Amino acid sequence: MTDRALVVVRAGALTTVQDRGRPGHAHLGVPRSGALDGPAAALVNRLVGNSADAAVLETTLDGCALAARSDVTVAVGGAPCRVTVDGRPVAWCAPVRVPAGAVLDVGPALSGVRGYVAAAGGIAVEPVLGSRSTDLLSGLGPAPLTNGTVVHLGRELAPYARVDVGPQPAPPAELVLRVTPGPRADWFTPEALRALTTRTFRVSSASNRIGLRTEGPALERAVEGELASEGMVLGAVQVPPAGRPVVFLADHPTTGGYPVIAVVRATDLPAAAQARPGTPVRFVTVRGR
Amino acid sequence: MSMRVLPVGEDALLVEVASGEQAEALHAELVRRRAAGLLRVREIVPAARTVLLDGLADPGRVASELAVADVPPAPPREGDVVEIPTRYDGPDLAEVAAHWGVREQDVARIHAAAEFRVAFCGFAPGFGYLTGLAARYDVPRRATPRTAVPAGSVALAGPYTGVYPRSSPGGWQLIGRTDAVLFDPAREPAALLSPGTRVRFVPAGTAGTA
Repeated sequence: MTDRALVVVRAGALTTVQDRGRPGHAHLGVPRSGALDGPAAALVNRLVGNSADAAVLETTLDGCALAARSDVTVAVGGAPCRVTVDGRPVAWCAPVRVPAGAVLDVGPALSGVRGYVAAAGGIAVEPVLGSRSTDLLSGLGPAPLTNGTVVHLGRELAPYARVDVGPQPAPPAELVLRVTPGPRADWFTPEALRALTTRTFRVSSASNRIGLRTEGPALERAVEGELASEGMVLGAVQVPPAGRPVVFLADHPTTGGYPVIAVVRATDLPAAAQARPGTPVRFVTVRGR
Repeated sequence: MSMRVLPVGEDALLVEVASGEQAEALHAELVRRRAAGLLRVREIVPAARTVLLDGLADPGRVASELAVADVPPAPPREGDVVEIPTRYDGPDLAEVAAHWGVREQDVARIHAAAEFRVAFCGFAPGFGYLTGLAARYDVPRRATPRTAVPAGSVALAGPYTGVYPRSSPGGWQLIGRTDAVLFDPAREPAALLSPGTRVRFVPAGTAGTA
């Protein structure tokens, strides 16, 4: 019997299994979850011949190291980093053959935050509600990787892509997030609305898969009191009592009781997933579709 | 029913109504429309006084349809009442009794006599916000939330009753415990409670009592 698996040698700060998440269960309180930088995850899947919904590994800042139990084709993308196999440099963002027994090392991110490691056949953990994603808010899906974890792989389906390198956007030096105002913009003062789109915020080190937290001017409310809990969307810019906006990412809660001043366009969220703490953030208003 | 339709980003709408009953009625109507193929949407998320429609192909058209929509009252639910066997021995029983102005042993009787409905879910997978108690039984949240509320805790806050699906921090008043499994991803359906489900709490004996 074949033993298609990777054994975790160095788990890194936070390495999780991610796919396209489990949308469709928000009414039960189940977050959508899924890869924060979806296009990067899709690209490494394509590079190894996987379907777009195959599960990959998502690393955070300092990569990870994996020992192959069998010959396996992998691709590392997302945040740029040094990649080696048994200490020898190999291509980043390209299909790489790792022989049985060799160690793939995904180095610390040179820029950006989240790296993606696809292996041909995909990560074969048991799906939960249709997804293999780790959801850090509610604890669904596999636990984050620890040293020694055996990561089983599925059967290779298709030949890997015949390309040398897949182009990817560089992580942002400045994060520009296009927003549509509302649904609760009227809970804030005109000054707060102006501050949101004219002042510069910075990515807070308290950011995680649940939300991109910001530091900067506090946004003042025009309406006091509590908002009754209401449904929350991906990209919602929620403003807690301290006034610092939080942009909801994949593991966000399905309902919330703080007003949402604006919503970030879905296409700008992959860049948000790669913005390091301290990165300047600007919110730019767009209207309509 | 007067509705306020608020745009949410590019492909979602938040529909705000005047009361929890209206939100339940609107939710039932939107679920009916989706089942009938009249509404294409990824998520229908009811909450206290709103229903969120997320993942709409044409939010503009849906918004104008909703503006003239006729929403009937929530139909009586068909099907079974989910019974949740409960030991009414929570650490906040005395505090709740004081808020209600009743004796401690009356809390169980009053709570178990009510028929509840799941108004909406949130906070954690399988956590339902249940309505059904009269307004005079509203209780405030605890001033200081607990860092760990055990799984299966039956708890009150504001107009709602909830059951903690797993151990988590929480500020609700704990009146009892159940062994019922609220959420099990390996089960179909995973969630014991979903919006609209009817629920009764049935007093279950603790050791030595009936």
